[in-house]
Amino acid sequence: MASSVLIVGAGIIGAACARALAMAGFDVTVVDRGTVAGGTSSACEGNLLVSDKGPGHELVLAQYATSLWKQTVSDLTEQLGDAFPSVEYDPKGGLVVATTGSGAQALLDFAASQRGAGVDARVIEPDEARRLEPDLGPLAEAAVHYPEDAQVQPAIATEALIASARRFGARVLENTPVLGPVHDSSGVLIGIGSPAGHIRAERILIAAGPWSGEVARMLGAPLPVRPRRGELLVTTRMRHRIFHKVYDADYVGAVGSDDSALQTSSVVESTASGTVLIGSSRQQVGFDSRMRVDALSGIAAKAIRLFPFLADAAVMRSYGGFRPFMPDHLPVIGEDPRMPGLWHATGHEGAGIGLSLATAELIRDLMLGADPAIDAAPFSVGRASLASHLSAAAGDAVASNAAPRDAVA
Amino acid sequence: MNTSRTDVLVIGAGPAGLAAARAARARGASVTMLDSSDQLGGQFWRHLPPERPSANERMLHHGWVKFRELSETVLSDDGCRVIRGAQVWAIEPDSTSAGAAHLAVHVVVGEPDGTGRRRLVLTPDAIVLATGAHDRTLPFPGWDLPGVFTGGAAQALAKGERLAVGQRVVVSGAGPFLLPVAASLANTGSDVVGVYEANRVPALVRGWLPKPWELAGAAGKGTELAGYLAGHLRHRIPYRLGRAVVAAHGTDRVEAVTIAAVTPDWAPIPGTKQRIEVDAVCVSHGFTPRLELAIAAGCELTAERFVQVDDSQHTNVHGVFAAGEITGIGGVDLALAEGQIAGHAAAGGLAADTEVRSAVRRRRTFRGFARRIEAAHGIRDGWPAMLTDDTIVCRCEEVSYGTLCRATDATGSRSLRALKLSTRAGLGICQGRICGRTIEALLADRVGDAGLTDGVSTDRRPIAAPIRLGELADPAHPDPASQHPVPLKGPK
Repeated sequence: MASSVLIVGAGIIGAACARALAMAGFDVTVVDRGTVAGGTSSACEGNLLVSDKGPGHELVLAQYATSLWKQTVSDLTEQLGDAFPSVEYDPKGGLVVATTGSGAQALLDFAASQRGAGVDARVIEPDEARRLEPDLGPLAEAAVHYPEDAQVQPAIATEALIASARRFGARVLENTPVLGPVHDSSGVLIGIGSPAGHIRAERILIAAGPWSGEVARMLGAPLPVRPRRGELLVTTRMRHRIFHKVYDADYVGAVGSDDSALQTSSVVESTASGTVLIGSSRQQVGFDSRMRVDALSGIAAKAIRLFPFLADAAVMRSYGGFRPFMPDHLPVIGEDPRMPGLWHATGHEGAGIGLSLATAELIRDLMLGADPAIDAAPFSVGRASLASHLSAAAGDAVASNAAPRDAVA
Repeated sequence: MNTSRTDVLVIGAGPAGLAAARAARARGASVTMLDSSDQLGGQFWRHLPPERPSANERMLHHGWVKFRELSETVLSDDGCRVIRGAQVWAIEPDSTSAGAAHLAVHVVVGEPDGTGRRRLVLTPDAIVLATGAHDRTLPFPGWDLPGVFTGGAAQALAKGERLAVGQRVVVSGAGPFLLPVAASLANTGSDVVGVYEANRVPALVRGWLPKPWELAGAAGKGTELAGYLAGHLRHRIPYRLGRAVVAAHGTDRVEAVTIAAVTPDWAPIPGTKQRIEVDAVCVSHGFTPRLELAIAAGCELTAERFVQVDDSQHTNVHGVFAAGEITGIGGVDLALAEGQIAGHAAAGGLAADTEVRSAVRRRRTFRGFARRIEAAHGIRDGWPAMLTDDTIVCRCEEVSYGTLCRATDATGSRSLRALKLSTRAGLGICQGRICGRTIEALLADRVGDAGLTDGVSTDRRPIAAPIRLGELADPAHPDPASQHPVPLKGPK
């Protein structure tokens, strides 16, 4: 009988893992307390980026993911047929622009370090940048072109991965929250409780994005995943005037930052439908989903610095989501040494769409006991950079469990 | 600085907003009233601009005298500031706000198409939301042809411009609003070939007859409808029940329509089709409340998706009141009563006060009336049978019924959010104001038993009106007249 895996979370990470595991012959069940792509995966930009990552483990994972996307999209299209909505995969490339002198030097140094790690990061003259993006403003001091950056429509990509997983035999149970762990008589985790009763599996994989911390704590293995709010603006449709993913160079700094206060940086791109998508803010406000005008104002001001013509563009919609933030800025991928049978695939912060395919391959290889294509140790729960945060998270869990009963009720 | 007066902000200058402003002033509050239009009166009392006055306004408008009285009171009162051309584009919680409502109301003021609109942030002690409703129109083959109008658009052209939408016109849909639409078309010179109400006599009887004594107090309303019906007789307009326009035909614009008998569920009955040459069609299936500001303010909705209010028109959010069509589609008389109570309460009064005793009584009468309208004329479930594969459902993004069906079948998704993203339905410039509830209904119908399960609604629009990036990037201006000047947050 096939080995069974229960995946908690039907966002893009859970969907990609479900597909990879089902293809490898595992008996896969996915549960989600809401619907497929109901959380972060339908509230983000669909970035498949190498440009924002400096040399290190996350870049290695991103490069691995980049190598998988094109083939996977073509496999999905073939398997699901023309009636399935397009995942809008577009390897349009990224253009990072520094608009200040000091920013220019930092960008050039960063690109040089990336080239050392195998990233195609081409320093181009501002004139060349304007040839790639004719409407770029006059402030460009330096520019780097990243041909490997790409984009997908993230909600459709998630739906496609789940649909594919289903065809390989995976079961998907929506509106099925995890209520708690199920243990055998010796205390080993053998399943979860749900409104539909106990669901048993040999392995349980938490892929619940920013809600992973909550699920992990409920199952008895606290993990320091926290939500980090982001907001985006969508303009009305316009003539196609922006051809790449175009970033202000300070986006890279914001991604790696620990600051919980509001930060904005500019990411501007056209979508297949003719709208322009403008991001994004980063702010730690828990799961508070209210729109913040100051965040939107900051995003707008920076977008206009890149593309002055956008000042007259009308914003018709904003949306926001929660990134799964990890204190040491690396996702967690692998089995939890504190609790055999419990696995994690979470904490990708703002890069989960891109990293999903590589994460799924790692999980599959680790579960099969095979050698992964890249070293999985840097993403393990037991890594050194996470140790102090794990014990802090465990302490928080104890504190909250010790709260007076009526406070919990 | 005078902090003793309550600072009441009224959003919307239709019947409910005007009544609220006057009642709040009567209790001594300082009032600011905003409206996106350059006129007072809202959709209901839309009229010719002041440079082209007409002696006929009285003829065209139910309650025109009431409107003149309210608007003159409000405009001649120094304690009531009226800002026209004001779009509220966001409301956000602001715990640091000096206004007792602890909400920041973000406004742009100026011509929507013009440059140099001003950004303003208001932080009132109390807010009366009187944002009204817009037309609900169900799709049918050909409804996107030029020459097909919503009832509201036809009314606006007739009342605000004295323009007839066509020479030979049919009116179709459901509800008492079909009558004034037909009346204004006839008054502006159109030949109204017929009015087709989809509901049948049994539904109308069920809605109108169970407790006739409740209608006694709504005699004024009866008179309004009686007036429209008399107009119909005068203009010899046939009024047909159980029929509907099920298709519009034409190449560049509408040239003809197909009328068919429909079942009590509104499904077209085969073999009853009849083609009529027309050059315009007006369609109305009721109204959708404009809820985005109420949702942004944190107001709870009822199961029927109107703003939940108590006896004082107070929502669940401290300091936020609601009146008019956003609490239930009930027409002008109910809006006036609710507005008066809301304005009085926003200024610190109680629903039990003698000043609003008559308004409370009128509210009770006209709420009964509104329930009857819904029972008699509400949308029935069989209407999707009118649709064909290529009928456009979302006009902004040109998404057809067939595309919606194929996306739900292919993905197996039960998430409204994901299906909207898959098909782009409802993501265009109107942000689902026209098609949102239709898309929800069609998708829920298509995915079967459990329906859509992500709890998402097309009513939520955090950006409540389009705003230019340049305006957004510009720091907001403090409100010069505010009793509570606030330090404003600019972009970082």
